Amino acid sequence: MEAVFLAFVLMLSIFLGFELISKVPATLHTPLMSGANAISGITLVGALTSAGAGIDGMATLLGALAVGFATINVVGGYMVTNRMLSMFKKKDAPGKAGGQS
Amino acid sequence: MSDVLINSVYIIAAALFIFGLKLLSSPATAVRGNLFSTIAMFIAVVVTLFSRDILEFQWIVAAVIVGSIVGAVTAQKVAMTSMPEMVALFNGSGGVASLLVGWAALYNTGNTTFTVVTILLSILIGGVTFSGSIVAWGKLAEVMTSRAIVFGAQRIVNALLLAALVVCGVLFALDPALDSPYLYAVIALSLVFGVMAVIPIGGADMPVVISLLNSYSGLAACAAGFAIHNNILIVAGSLVGAAGIILTNIMCKAMNRSLANVLFSGFGAVKTATKVEGEVKPINTEDAFLILEAASSVTFVPGYGMAVAQAQHVVRELGELLEENGAEVTYALHPVAGRMPGHMNVLLAEANVPYDQLVEMDDINPRISNVDVAVVIGANDVVNPAAREDENSPIYGMPIINVDQARTVFVLKRSMASGFSGVDNPLFFGENTRMLFGDAKQSLSAVIAEFKN
Repeated sequence: MEAVFLAFVLMLSIFLGFELISKVPATLHTPLMSGANAISGITLVGALTSAGAGIDGMATLLGALAVGFATINVVGGYMVTNRMLSMFKKKDAPGKAGGQS
Repeated sequence: MSDVLINSVYIIAAALFIFGLKLLSSPATAVRGNLFSTIAMFIAVVVTLFSRDILEFQWIVAAVIVGSIVGAVTAQKVAMTSMPEMVALFNGSGGVASLLVGWAALYNTGNTTFTVVTILLSILIGGVTFSGSIVAWGKLAEVMTSRAIVFGAQRIVNALLLAALVVCGVLFALDPALDSPYLYAVIALSLVFGVMAVIPIGGADMPVVISLLNSYSGLAACAAGFAIHNNILIVAGSLVGAAGIILTNIMCKAMNRSLANVLFSGFGAVKTATKVEGEVKPINTEDAFLILEAASSVTFVPGYGMAVAQAQHVVRELGELLEENGAEVTYALHPVAGRMPGHMNVLLAEANVPYDQLVEMDDINPRISNVDVAVVIGANDVVNPAAREDENSPIYGMPIINVDQARTVFVLKRSMASGFSGVDNPLFFGENTRMLFGDAKQSLSAVIAEFKN
């Protein structure tokens, strides 16, 4: 039953994802991609449980490696997206708005 | 903290992820959108740390510190021109994380066959994303050849690989022992498969590959979510999967090719385009200045060559001078200009070009005949009229920016070499085309100097 429930969540999120992303303008496609990239680092949440559960030495090692890689993905992804997005500026209206003729 | 409470907080995180993506629909709200997404990730991680399952923290703390330092330093240092390489590497690290999470999930007790299958999927997709991204990075950073690597029996080899993957996967699912040789075989084959999937794709098709790998990294997180029964992984992973697929689709459409065509064939050397002949009309910077000074509307059409020449800042400077001179200035961007979707937009934004001057192909084409001067900087295939007119051209049918219909076209170019796809460009021989040979940055600086005199 749980599998069906998870599949249900999957189906709804995919449709939602298509709706949301198709509204992103072409100008923002690179930040969208790096931002989405950062979101895919959500694996971190799964990795934390594996690294900290203390079930088995091997599982802890695999989990810790996963935490490391996923953190690179999350921290790097969000920071670079923020760096890019803060570069997008609207035309500063006063002063040089004379060129509209 | 109880599972119910943790999952309730995950709902809040999911809502913030969704809201964050929604705010990405405009450059004005996008920074806030990214912030919401960051907060969502932060609370999801923090609440997980309160889970009763987590007993030891020393490994987590160490790994988080190392990962944060590596991620933060790369994010701060990377040049905007190398953004595609960096996204490829980050994709790869997300992929390998999913592979490892799947692998570690095998150590959980009471895995059903369904769970084992999803674990295998997360290993497979994660592995393909990882090795595929590394190859994509190699091609983009040009540490290996960016050409398509194609050999005769490629399809047979790939089919055998896939068959071996399925067989090993089934054998493992039937008897999921932790030290099963089939497990190691699946991991190894996934990695090989990722390499094989990306090597036949040529440099010009890299925007498609990056988008597709982006989608895979989301799907890998999704599969890992199934493996450890975690909703937030499934929601966030499928949002990313959808994003990647939409971008892949946009890129394919912009090149008039199907995804299958991009994935399975090197850029067609099959057709030979009609040879273009004619005389090119070179122009010097003084004459270019005189024409630009008289123009009342100017459109810049940048391509990857602008990034290579690092000319974006002089382009912006010239654009501002033209505006002060009373001209209407726009920047027309083709969806596949650059090495990843939206790459040129980021470079121009970095050079302080306001985003309301960036226009898309479909917006500029209907009014291109009213443009006095179209300045093509380091773009070639995306402005090649052969795509519209020459049925024998390998790029026939690809939508282009119709600069040849502008009143005058300046093409800034180092020499007469053909573009990434190796196709001749009749634009250079056009009646209204003037070639400004030399380094784009130097040529534009010379024009700017004329303006200032």
